Amino acid sequence: MSTYAQKKGFGATLWDFLTTVDHKKIAILYLIAGGFFFVVGGLEAVFIRIQLAVPNNDFVSAGLFNEIITMHGTTMIFLAAMPLVFAFMNAVMPLQIGARDVAFPFVNALGFWLFFFGGVFLNLSWFFDGAPDAGWTSYASLAMASKGHGIDFYVLGLQISGLGTLIGGINFLVTIINMRAPGMTYMRMPLFTWTTFVTSALILFAFPPLTVGLVLMMFDRMFGSNFFVTTMGGNTVIWEHLFWIFGHPEVYILILPAFGIFSEIFPIFSRKRLFGYSSMVFATVLIGFLGFMVWAHHMFTTGLGPVANAIFAVATMAIGVPTGIKIFNWLFTVWGGSVKFTTPMHWAMAFIPSFLAGGVTGVMLAVAAADYQYHDTYFVVAHFHYVIVGGVVFAIFAGTHLYWPKMFGTMLNETLGKITFWLFFVGFHMTFFIQHFLGLWGMPRRVFTYLPGQGFETSNLISSIGAVFMSLGVIVMLYNIIITSVKNVKVGNDPWGDGRTLEWALPSPPPFYNFKQLPLVRGLDAYWLEKMEGKKGMTPAEPLGDIHMPNSSILPFVIAFGLFVAAFGALFNMDDKAWSVPVLIIGLLITFGAMFLRSVKDDHGFHIHKEELMEDDNDKGVKA
Amino acid sequence: MKRLAKWRLISIFAILSLILSGCGEPFLSTLRPAGEVANMQYDLMKLSTFIMVGVILVVAIIFVIVMVKFRRKDDRIPKQVEGSHKLEIIWTAIPILLLLLLAVPTVSATFKLADVSPMDKKDSDALVINVRSNLYWWEFEYPGQGIVTGQDLVVPTDEKVYFNLISSDVKHSFWVPAVGGKLDTNTENVNKFWLEFDSAKAKEAGDLFYGKCAELCGPSHALMDFKVKTMSRDDFDNWVADMKDVEEPKIAETESAQRGQEIFNKSCIGCHAVTPANGTPPEARRAPNLTNFGERSRIAGVLDHSEEDLKKWLTDPEKYKPGNLMTGSYSLTEEQINDVTEYLMGLKVQE
Repeated sequence: MSTYAQKKGFGATLWDFLTTVDHKKIAILYLIAGGFFFVVGGLEAVFIRIQLAVPNNDFVSAGLFNEIITMHGTTMIFLAAMPLVFAFMNAVMPLQIGARDVAFPFVNALGFWLFFFGGVFLNLSWFFDGAPDAGWTSYASLAMASKGHGIDFYVLGLQISGLGTLIGGINFLVTIINMRAPGMTYMRMPLFTWTTFVTSALILFAFPPLTVGLVLMMFDRMFGSNFFVTTMGGNTVIWEHLFWIFGHPEVYILILPAFGIFSEIFPIFSRKRLFGYSSMVFATVLIGFLGFMVWAHHMFTTGLGPVANAIFAVATMAIGVPTGIKIFNWLFTVWGGSVKFTTPMHWAMAFIPSFLAGGVTGVMLAVAAADYQYHDTYFVVAHFHYVIVGGVVFAIFAGTHLYWPKMFGTMLNETLGKITFWLFFVGFHMTFFIQHFLGLWGMPRRVFTYLPGQGFETSNLISSIGAVFMSLGVIVMLYNIIITSVKNVKVGNDPWGDGRTLEWALPSPPPFYNFKQLPLVRGLDAYWLEKMEGKKGMTPAEPLGDIHMPNSSILPFVIAFGLFVAAFGALFNMDDKAWSVPVLIIGLLITFGAMFLRSVKDDHGFHIHKEELMEDDNDKGVKA
Repeated sequence: MKRLAKWRLISIFAILSLILSGCGEPFLSTLRPAGEVANMQYDLMKLSTFIMVGVILVVAIIFVIVMVKFRRKDDRIPKQVEGSHKLEIIWTAIPILLLLLLAVPTVSATFKLADVSPMDKKDSDALVINVRSNLYWWEFEYPGQGIVTGQDLVVPTDEKVYFNLISSDVKHSFWVPAVGGKLDTNTENVNKFWLEFDSAKAKEAGDLFYGKCAELCGPSHALMDFKVKTMSRDDFDNWVADMKDVEEPKIAETESAQRGQEIFNKSCIGCHAVTPANGTPPEARRAPNLTNFGERSRIAGVLDHSEEDLKKWLTDPEKYKPGNLMTGSYSLTEEQINDVTEYLMGLKVQE
């Protein structure tokens, strides 16, 4: 027995996770942190729906309501959906390409801790005179007029967590380009890996404009510059452009991995290879590319003029084509298959009509002249919840059930999984379908209340009741996680029985070095190919040898923590607090000190020797 | 038989009322278009909805078939199909055609709605209104007529009305849902567009449309409503003439109102003007013009137009519009508020 799998106490486990550079453990960290923020954002959503359940409600005040909607949007996008998607990318992508880890394990950990501390910093705003209140888009004129420190928390928190995301994206790009197993050509990569690849490219190009916008706003608010101060010759429309040049690709950053997860689920549970694989890859790349060409459709009513509006309208419509290709390919993957309706498959099948509804309203919104009516109304709220919840959140639920055994070695309960599904599915449509009509009837979005007598009462109440069902669904899922973790029934390599890609060739959870010997990939759905030929596992592409592994390190945590401390100093420096500058300096010293330490200390990692690997084998023989 | 017919009739009425209620209120809903712009937009909505319903039907049929037909019955391994070029060409080409069908009217409507050329023509008799949005109220200036009003936009029906939009503080968005789509009031530039108010539809809406701010602008964003009073061109001309007649602040009639006027002149007139020809530069007008306050439809855009509500508003504006800029800028006793209320309610220009 090797020393790596011994039972450990809580302190040791905690230390293990604080210092880990293993992509599988980082995935668990992303899952826990993202799950936590998902619950926080969900609670904020519930507060919104309580406030809007009846007209003239005073459950929360107007100002607090604006803080809640801002934090709901920001939390869900940056701190819940993205990290949860990152969790699956981290957990699965290296396994899918047959790699032992990502290209830069240390940087991977750093990316997580930056996101985490950025998110914590942002949420601490609740405890220091108020959260940001200018909407998740934080349009400059309102953001500049916002009192208190909410916007500063937003600006600093998102810079820190955005840095983490950017680092993560670059890491995935390098990993996929360089670390594919022998035989894993680009056109043999599983679709989830492809979407991770395109998503990472989007992150690489989309996050810098956001950072530029945030830095400009930081300078305006902290150092009195005038980028967005109209009276001094500044321009607030520039913020809108910067934000949406990031913001539109951002929604593809979320939805493409969701597409990837579903592209894994349909073939697995239909026992059929993905229909039109190459056109799926092409559509993914095309969506990623077009994603950068359409940002101004969020600004149709800003007054850019008919030429810009017409061009962006047509470009936006064009995105409907590759997305449509995907929908039909998924349906024809199932067509002629042998379909087993497991929990992940429930989510995947429900995703098609739900996302389609969001997609068609997307095309409707692209009709610029008609968008003047939809823009900033509940119609838009309904639309983006249909694509983000019906697409991304469904994928996260599906992925959680699908990959839970791979990540934790035990299955989630299928019955409870289906209960979660039905509660959430019914609640979701109940909450959001009616909102299309609220928008068309004249209800603007981001309103903290509405007056009676405008025809909004019944529909808002229905919408709020739907939110109850969604909440119940999430609660059942949390219960499911707890009871199955307590029971902890161990499962084998391929718990679903029909796994097709490399991750299912490995034990659940995989050993920390993933592959004892790198596998030889002989085609798309590499593991499926071997299974069909009656083999139990992958053919190795190399003889058994020593494996070089990186050492754990606390430094990523320390680097991120330093920035977290420094951000407090920077923020309170605006109030001329005497302690703020020392805090800023101490924080930066921690960060740069840790980086310096990392640079000067030679860390060669360690080797797992051939003999130990063989011992592992014998162990297993005994157990089985 | 007869009973059955009666039931049928009732159910038809039930469905009809359901459909009608499904279209929202005539003074507010985009689905009850009351003018050329809203009509164009409604037509586009219908066109895009029809096309999309077609797409949904196709997907739904395939979806139902795969849900029903291909459930796992035995342990066989289905044929591994790579794809089909023919099918892929079909579902690439047909959507492109559908989108072209949608793109052409979209582009044409976008240009039509942006056509404000009559505004810039010399000696044009087009009615132009300057809209200026403020935290949380609206100012409407008629530069050709030389009058300023606030909160209640007064417009003639059945002709194109042109708008210049700008904001004084943060970004807002000017929206009269039943009459046409919105346009933002930016802080740095003037946006222009036009609307047309249909007289027949306006009658259905009681000649009063609801207007909304559609861009998050702070705590009272939800309460930044305004109203649009529609009238025939003749009535509109009369209204303009009546407004212009008020050259000097009108002297209040009753004793209590006169006391109110004195208080107003001390405490309120610094921000609120009571003559329509406002000499103050637009940027410096800090509060709504109250020349015809007694004839408005709402107080502060949201409260009923009654003395009781006006007193409530003057006593504690923060309660009814959190974050407004009037709170704390004056202090009046209850008695003074009664007097000011009487004075303000008497501010009428039309007999």
